Amino acid sequence: MDFSEEQLKRYSRHIILPEVGGKGQKKISGAKVFIIGAGGLGCPVGYYLTAAGVGTIALMDNDVVELSNLQRQIAHSVKTLGFNKADSAKNTFESLNPDVNVIAIRDRINNKNILEIIKDYDIIVDGSDNFPTRYLVNDACVMLKKPLVSGAILRFEGQVTTILPGDGPCYRCLFEEPPPPGLVPSCQEAGVLGVLPGVIGALQATEVLKIILGKGSPLKGQLLIYDALGTNFRKVKIPKNPGCPVCGENPTIKELTDHPEEYCEL
Amino acid sequence: MMEDTKIDKKINIKGEVCPYTLVKSKLAIEEIEVGQVLEILLDYPEAAESVPKAMLNYGHMVLKKEKINPSDWIIQIRKEVED
Repeated sequence: MDFSEEQLKRYSRHIILPEVGGKGQKKISGAKVFIIGAGGLGCPVGYYLTAAGVGTIALMDNDVVELSNLQRQIAHSVKTLGFNKADSAKNTFESLNPDVNVIAIRDRINNKNILEIIKDYDIIVDGSDNFPTRYLVNDACVMLKKPLVSGAILRFEGQVTTILPGDGPCYRCLFEEPPPPGLVPSCQEAGVLGVLPGVIGALQATEVLKIILGKGSPLKGQLLIYDALGTNFRKVKIPKNPGCPVCGENPTIKELTDHPEEYCEL
Repeated sequence: MMEDTKIDKKINIKGEVCPYTLVKSKLAIEEIEVGQVLEILLDYPEAAESVPKAMLNYGHMVLKKEKINPSDWIIQIRKEVED
């Protein structure tokens, strides 16, 4: 594929970077990224990946846009209140960059649909708002050996990690089981600074582009924790757990289990 | 010596301004092999300075920068490193 004059202009700041260049930009154009959730994290991740020219971006969300989302979910607007979030974000992304094939999936991820839905994508981004989904996505990515860029936010603190199955630990190496419902409050209960998902989502999008380009060091085996109030970034090492129930030597989780719906929404 | 330089690829980017002078030069150098030479014809004065400088930063060798008439420059770059 040769670049059109429009694409040369659009991607000029990428092309002149030695680590990207025309070759890297073509890798970006050929990449397929799946984003779970078109909320606080999915919006900025999808927005930046669309701007970067990622060839195919799928967004999956079953919720509708509400006014209380607009404090942080930047792909939605008052014009899309009541619309499905994946559709709303698709509209926004398509007007930013028509090069990108944006696929909106109006559904909720579960143990029955996840493997089939994500199998054709190169990289998975978790922007979900609850632990059962986070674990389901982790387990599915380990089983399919798909790179997973996971993010989480609450109040003034966010976390990011990159999971490269077969080449580093997974989410269950860090926390084997989800916390019991009610132990960790949701954003709805505890609040979240609106800009926080922007920071964490931009970090996730950066990780995705690095994986596509094969440049830099991925955030594998480490959890990056951002404390917005103190303006601190710290990295915690995650050792690979040989006894991990999903990616360890003798995995006990061999099929995906469905999650209860008792967790509330972001 | 310079007259003997074998040119492997030529581009004419007259009419282009920054940063597209560099964008097109960068894309052209990606298309040749290490050791081969790219010749760039351009007429944007700022690019006559900035393109050779950027190519040096990428790790390539500037073999020649010559003003060939009142408006045009010829720049020859030898590719020294993989992209």
